[in-house]
Amino acid sequence: MLLKKLFNGSDAAGFWVLAAIGLMLVWVSVANLALPADHPLHVSTYTVTLLGKFLCYALLAVSIDLIWGYAGILSLGHGAFFALGGYAMGMYLMRQIGDRGQYGNPNLPDFMVFLNWHELPWYWQGFEHFWFAALMIVLVPGLLAGLFGWLAFRSRVSGVYLSIITQALTFALMLAFFRNEMGFGGNNGLTDFKDILGFSISDDRTRIALFVASGLALIGGYLLARAVVRSRFGRVLVALRDAEPRTRACGYPVARYKLLVFVLSAMLAGVAGALYVPQVGIINPGEFSPLSSIEAVAWVATGGRGTLFGPIIGAFAVNYSKTELTTLAPELWLFFLGGLFILVTVFLPQGLVSLFRRKAKTPPASVTKADVTEANTTKAKPTEAKS
Amino acid sequence: MNDKTQPVVLPQNGISRRDFMKTVGGASLALGLGIKGALDPALAAETGPIKVGILHSLSGTMAISESTLKDNMLMLIAEQNAKGGVLGRKLEPVVVDPASNWPLFAEKARELLSKDKVAAIFGCWTSVSRKSVLPVVEELNGLLFYPVQFEGEESSRNIFYTGAAPNQQAIPAVDYLMNDLGITRWVLAGTDYVYPRTTNKILEAYLKQKGVKDEDIMINYTPFGQSDWQSIVAQIKQFGSAGKPTAVVSTINGDANVPFYRELANQGIKSQDIPVVAFSVGEQELSGMDTKPLAGQLAAWNYFESIKTPENEAFIANWKKFKKDPKAVTNDPMEAEYIAFHMWVKAVEKAKSTDTNKILESIIGVEVPNLTGGMAKMLPNHYITKPVYIGEIKPDGQFDVVWKSKGEVPGEAWSKYLPGSKDLIADWTPPINCGAYNTVTKKCTGSGG
Amino acid sequence: MNTQPTVLSNFSLPLQWTLRLLLQWPLQWLLRLSWLVLMALLFLPPAQAESIAPGSATVSALAEGGMARSQALNDWIEQPPADPADAAALHALNHDRLFVHTTAPARLGVEHADGQLRDPASGAVLGTSTDTGWEKIRLNNAIRIKLRPRIDLLDLRAPDAAVRHAAAEDLFSARLTPAYVQEIKALIPTLAEPETQAKLGQLVAGFELNDPNPQVRLAAVAGVADVLDPEIRARLAPLAENDPDPTVKAAAKAALDSIQRRVDVWQFSQNLVFGLSLGSVLLLSAIGLAITFGVMGVINMAHGEMMMIGAYTTWVLQQLLPNHLSAALFLAIPAAFVVAGLVGIAIERGLIRFLYGRPLETLLATFGLSLMLQQAARLIFSPLNRAVALPEFMQGSWALNPVFAITFNRMYILIFSLLVFFALLLLLKRSTFGLRIRAVAQNRQMARACGVRSGWVDALTFGLGSGIAGVAGVALALITNVGPNLGQNYIVDSFMVVVLGGVGNLWGTLVAGMGIGVLNKFLEPYAGAVLAKVVVLVLVILVIQKRPRGLFPQKGRAAEE
Repeated sequence: MLLKKLFNGSDAAGFWVLAAIGLMLVWVSVANLALPADHPLHVSTYTVTLLGKFLCYALLAVSIDLIWGYAGILSLGHGAFFALGGYAMGMYLMRQIGDRGQYGNPNLPDFMVFLNWHELPWYWQGFEHFWFAALMIVLVPGLLAGLFGWLAFRSRVSGVYLSIITQALTFALMLAFFRNEMGFGGNNGLTDFKDILGFSISDDRTRIALFVASGLALIGGYLLARAVVRSRFGRVLVALRDAEPRTRACGYPVARYKLLVFVLSAMLAGVAGALYVPQVGIINPGEFSPLSSIEAVAWVATGGRGTLFGPIIGAFAVNYSKTELTTLAPELWLFFLGGLFILVTVFLPQGLVSLFRRKAKTPPASVTKADVTEANTTKAKPTEAKS
Repeated sequence: MNDKTQPVVLPQNGISRRDFMKTVGGASLALGLGIKGALDPALAAETGPIKVGILHSLSGTMAISESTLKDNMLMLIAEQNAKGGVLGRKLEPVVVDPASNWPLFAEKARELLSKDKVAAIFGCWTSVSRKSVLPVVEELNGLLFYPVQFEGEESSRNIFYTGAAPNQQAIPAVDYLMNDLGITRWVLAGTDYVYPRTTNKILEAYLKQKGVKDEDIMINYTPFGQSDWQSIVAQIKQFGSAGKPTAVVSTINGDANVPFYRELANQGIKSQDIPVVAFSVGEQELSGMDTKPLAGQLAAWNYFESIKTPENEAFIANWKKFKKDPKAVTNDPMEAEYIAFHMWVKAVEKAKSTDTNKILESIIGVEVPNLTGGMAKMLPNHYITKPVYIGEIKPDGQFDVVWKSKGEVPGEAWSKYLPGSKDLIADWTPPINCGAYNTVTKKCTGSGG
Repeated sequence: MNTQPTVLSNFSLPLQWTLRLLLQWPLQWLLRLSWLVLMALLFLPPAQAESIAPGSATVSALAEGGMARSQALNDWIEQPPADPADAAALHALNHDRLFVHTTAPARLGVEHADGQLRDPASGAVLGTSTDTGWEKIRLNNAIRIKLRPRIDLLDLRAPDAAVRHAAAEDLFSARLTPAYVQEIKALIPTLAEPETQAKLGQLVAGFELNDPNPQVRLAAVAGVADVLDPEIRARLAPLAENDPDPTVKAAAKAALDSIQRRVDVWQFSQNLVFGLSLGSVLLLSAIGLAITFGVMGVINMAHGEMMMIGAYTTWVLQQLLPNHLSAALFLAIPAAFVVAGLVGIAIERGLIRFLYGRPLETLLATFGLSLMLQQAARLIFSPLNRAVALPEFMQGSWALNPVFAITFNRMYILIFSLLVFFALLLLLKRSTFGLRIRAVAQNRQMARACGVRSGWVDALTFGLGSGIAGVAGVALALITNVGPNLGQNYIVDSFMVVVLGGVGNLWGTLVAGMGIGVLNKFLEPYAGAVLAKVVVLVLVILVIQKRPRGLFPQKGRAAEE
């Protein structure tokens, strides 16, 4: 009944989304493991990995919505934190391969053997322990976000300037990780994982476990984000999103608030990345590409910014249609995807969730609709201009 | 977890229950689509068409190279069907777009194998896409035919490599430069990823073994899509005018080549000053370049469109007809895929089945004719034998063959010039049955059979 | 073509070049042939080698093909030409115009512009190049390398002083055997121009640096004291290190040091030029964005695709005018402006105008649009790259010395980017239209109150920004791939430049673009291309921390938004 308490008030929609996810977790697990493969209701491992991937994307989307929807920080580089979490997990998984690599070297991952490296670089030390990797999964994105945010928010970098330098950040990281000298496998990244915590990574039960873990992480991440935005802290965030100078004038240490939520969001993204890697079986610098980050922002906008559950719907809807369309219309799917983004921005400025919300009197803590009247076009609403 | 399945009283100002049912309904519909593959009567497949997966990027950065191979496969399948298919069954291509996104390659491979139940997958271009697909084909016991020249250093039970290994492209090219052009100073220029890195490592070891000194080797790496080559070309020019005949061995990838060659030409470097031999520039890349300033530069491949044989001429004619474009060109990976496809067809006919395990057995030793003459043979290490050609670029974007290997060169999975792999071999026949067998310790490392 | 005086005469106007192509080239040929005839009358070198008369051993071997042919070619090229016919045949070989009759009688034929084969000695017509029995002697790099010093030596006797000088320069990169060095040395006194003589003197001195006689070495060191050629430096270095003769050693060291100092200065200038050139490309690609994003506040992710449209326009025009590359290029500039501008206006009217006041949603919509435009390009023009050829006047480079050269295409693009920049500045600051753009950008309502049709101005402004992006695409087509991914490669950089310069400030865009370019090029030699870019990005991030509104922040009320 704790949940019920958490969901008091207006977030019924969020509750239903979580309920659907919970239901999906149970149903898919049972249908995949318990039902024989030829049973009509059997859920294939393909679907499990697919849904597991979507769950991780959804968590990334929630983390973006936490800062964009509630604190007005549009990060076009959140993929960087996702990828860093992924790399931390990937390094753990690489270390688990041990001497089962192609070259049979017990200490070095294959790509180091073939670059003629003789010992493990210092930054790989410790990743053979799961606890250490788990720590790094939140710590590395958190620290980077902390440093970056401290620099940026302290000097009041905001709006598009912030967005563009987050993009520069992820772009720089992508180029750096592409370099083979960095010791992260270059363009090929980390791959050929064997097992996690002693369980074979290609075993159906491990997959279900990872899938369920992703689902639980999403639910947990959602509840955490929701708790944050419902707290006094969250109200200050909304205040600074809507009127930063005024909030500052009221005596709130704006930079500190922003920094805190930015770091939290980066950590959530890191967790999402970490769960993503064992399920897709590869992490490489492509995840750092600015376009992937922009795409993640597009999921949030498509689902509905400033709702926390909207991004979950957005991530599922966009990625599911991508999966289907790349098979059904391999040459035309970009038109559908591009068209979807355009239609949503023009006709559903509050995202897909607004389809279900027509009867609502006041939307919960979200962006107020910007009327597209001539009068309004002169000066952007503070809400939008600051984000 | 129980809490969530219990009905909850909906709040007044939230979303109405009926509206929400739509969402949930939508979600479950989506999931329903997800499992529709499982509902297909899988066993009816014995008489129906044989499905063949085509896993090449049609969008994103790699579409430029890979989309041609998709059309190539469609043409080969259509030709085979016109001949009556395989085992009396038609072939049905299943085209998907992995969109130059590496994790998506793995997802799509899984979809092809477990949802569409394809008998074999032809696909991938970059090594990273293959590495991404590898665990999937091994887990689901599928077949992947990989048609692009690459760095080697891999042999999977479920993958067949019909492109060139370094010993079938890079080493002969260096030999040619050394012996025929008298080159003594070397620039190894590449894009910073695994293929150039490995190739350059192998070449460096090889050159040093031939007595080339450290100061006569310059190694340079650039990022993907490098478009500003001014400084690097100037450096190469300086390095190359120290009085010793110098050549550039280029493993520069795709898009970066146009600005690279353009800068070479503009800075006045001609093929007789500093010849450039490229491993990733073929007819198709040249069709997107202004080739006049490139005349005389070199490329090493296992196939050139300009080689005159009846098979090749028929292939080219079919391709132009299929593309409805008289200017369409053919290239090396297309031939590699042509060989791969025909090897698979032969193996299926030999095994009288599309079952993976049966094909893994029957395909070893299968021979099909190359388009340029001679036979390609599938070796126990899942590589094939290939002839090596070195060609000079002609102003019309075709190649003039200036050197040809004596007979076919068998592909080596593991380079003997790399310290990590010099003791390794791959052999997928009993008793070894291993992709990375250490001949010294007599142990199978990596994935064994 | 070794004989083309690429160094000096390339530095001329495009029109002249077109003329040159049409008139001068055949003329040159005629001249050269008549000179050969002249030489035959005046100056007959002693016949050392066997001639290339029909049926001679050389010609028979050439006719045989295979190894015999390569061997015969080698021997033939290495000997100084026996007679003018021999020289003519060598020239023809160098220009890919030498044919051999493979069946008896074995003889050589030179292909002329009309497709006729003529005897190199008598000039008698032997047939056409397509006749059976005739086979072209194909060049490959091995032969080209061998042929190069021989042709240069022939050109040193050419009547045209420019050709002679170019040949002297070209010899520096040819592979010379001692025999060739002796031939050159013997030739120096016969040359008329002191300049060319000096050039060759340096070349010979370079070889004499290894002479056993210390006096010769010392003279040679003095001879190469102001040569920047890396080859000379490579030869001087061992002398300065460990020459047995102390005078030679000291002289070599002094010469090397002085050369090195000059090289450093030139290298610095070269890096600066490289940097400005990279900066000009960044400026060009960012300048359109400075309008759509900087002035209008639209986060235009489709900006790159506008450049792509411009690049494809260039390609289409070249396809339409395959024989007039220069004309096609000059036409492409306005055409790309119009095409991309119209697409821009269509985008503004059809999409962006619904999104004013929601800048971040323009990001999403234009992102969607860019995906669609890319895929449209793939379907219309195929996913393959398209070849855009450089017109002749943009090929080659102006080499001041072996360390410093400016390539023509880069130079024109640098000039072009500045022209576009100042034209735009003028338009914005001096024209009524520019006034309206600025008025609407600063205070829409007030502008409307003053009678400005703000909707119309919006559309035209977006069209202007897109059109300029299209023009940038023309320039990009000349240095990089024309393909669906073209825009993607520049979009991140473009945003970086605009933001670093300060949104809404054109001068800021100029400084940021050039600054990033120069910084990158100075870092590259030390850090390598990849790391240089990473360092630049990190520096951009740090600069933004210091100056949160860019280098040149917009002041006043508009900046508050």
